[in-house]
Amino acid sequence: MTTRIVELRQGILKKNDELAAGLRASYAVAGVTVLNLVSSPGTGKTAFLEWTLTEMRKRGVRVAALVGDLETDNDARRLASSGAPVRQINTHGICHLDAEMIGKHLDGWKLADLDYLFIENVGNLVCPSSYDLGEAIRVVLLSVTEGEDKPLKYPTMFNSADAAVITKMDLAIPCGFDRWAALKNINEIRPGIKIFETSVKSGVGLEEWLGYLKQKRDLP
Amino acid sequence: MHELSIVTSVVESVTESLAAYPGARVLEVRLRVGALASVVRESLEFCYGIASEGTALEGSRLVVNVLPVVMHCEKCGKDVELEGVQSFRCPLCGEPCFDLRQGRELEIDSIEIEDGKEAA
Repeated sequence: MTTRIVELRQGILKKNDELAAGLRASYAVAGVTVLNLVSSPGTGKTAFLEWTLTEMRKRGVRVAALVGDLETDNDARRLASSGAPVRQINTHGICHLDAEMIGKHLDGWKLADLDYLFIENVGNLVCPSSYDLGEAIRVVLLSVTEGEDKPLKYPTMFNSADAAVITKMDLAIPCGFDRWAALKNINEIRPGIKIFETSVKSGVGLEEWLGYLKQKRDLP
Repeated sequence: MHELSIVTSVVESVTESLAAYPGARVLEVRLRVGALASVVRESLEFCYGIASEGTALEGSRLVVNVLPVVMHCEKCGKDVELEGVQSFRCPLCGEPCFDLRQGRELEIDSIEIEDGKEAA
């Protein structure tokens, strides 16, 4: 008997990465800007996205959303109230969305008719960081009720994000939210990242967020 | 949290590679996992036993080589290794680092196999 070493040197998530590359190429051909929204459960992703979809539609921007949850279509129904096309993805226990699920749920949608596609990931700050969905922009959300050290606890997710959104700023004072500590922690993990301090209740920070989305699309 | 799906992918990929080595038995599978890959070594090892059961990989050893985060420091003009993942600043000059060069790997490096027939 002989033993030998065989070099494989291949990505473990090769299949997902290949599917994501295919999606990224089809988004580029269609000219749609795709965002992947990630956070813990309860941060307010759905409320934030509901406001974003509603407001963008009012301004004549063509938007759609995919929303991931383990079970229920509650979030899709909430988001659909904006009037935008919305589809729910139920993962039935899987803790993240992957490129295959996205591809399947885009079936029948004409991407070229969209300006932006938002993907609301399963509420989880760990696993979704490993799965590329072909998005152009990964947005990590953090609410003032969660604690300022969240970026330090989940560095992988915060380090892989392109923009950070702090939600529920209207509760900052009652929660004793230490704004400077939160900003410092985000910057420690992802130096220079664009940060939006928002509240869909008070409206703070939201125009700046829409401006960012517009600017991302205007850029070549 | 998703280590079982990760090792299941490892078992599938290695099984595919084994087609080129009929009758071979796998002794060891070596992974390269970045410190920012969001997976836990102990959890991978635990799940590996379950995922490899009943496959050609059953009984083999999983070796997880964890790679530190390496950033490129613009000010120092070189790649620097971070001590942890709590601060993305250059350990030499203290400036923030933006350019990740290593740390997100999630790869099968190599496998050690025993050939199915007597060596000539």
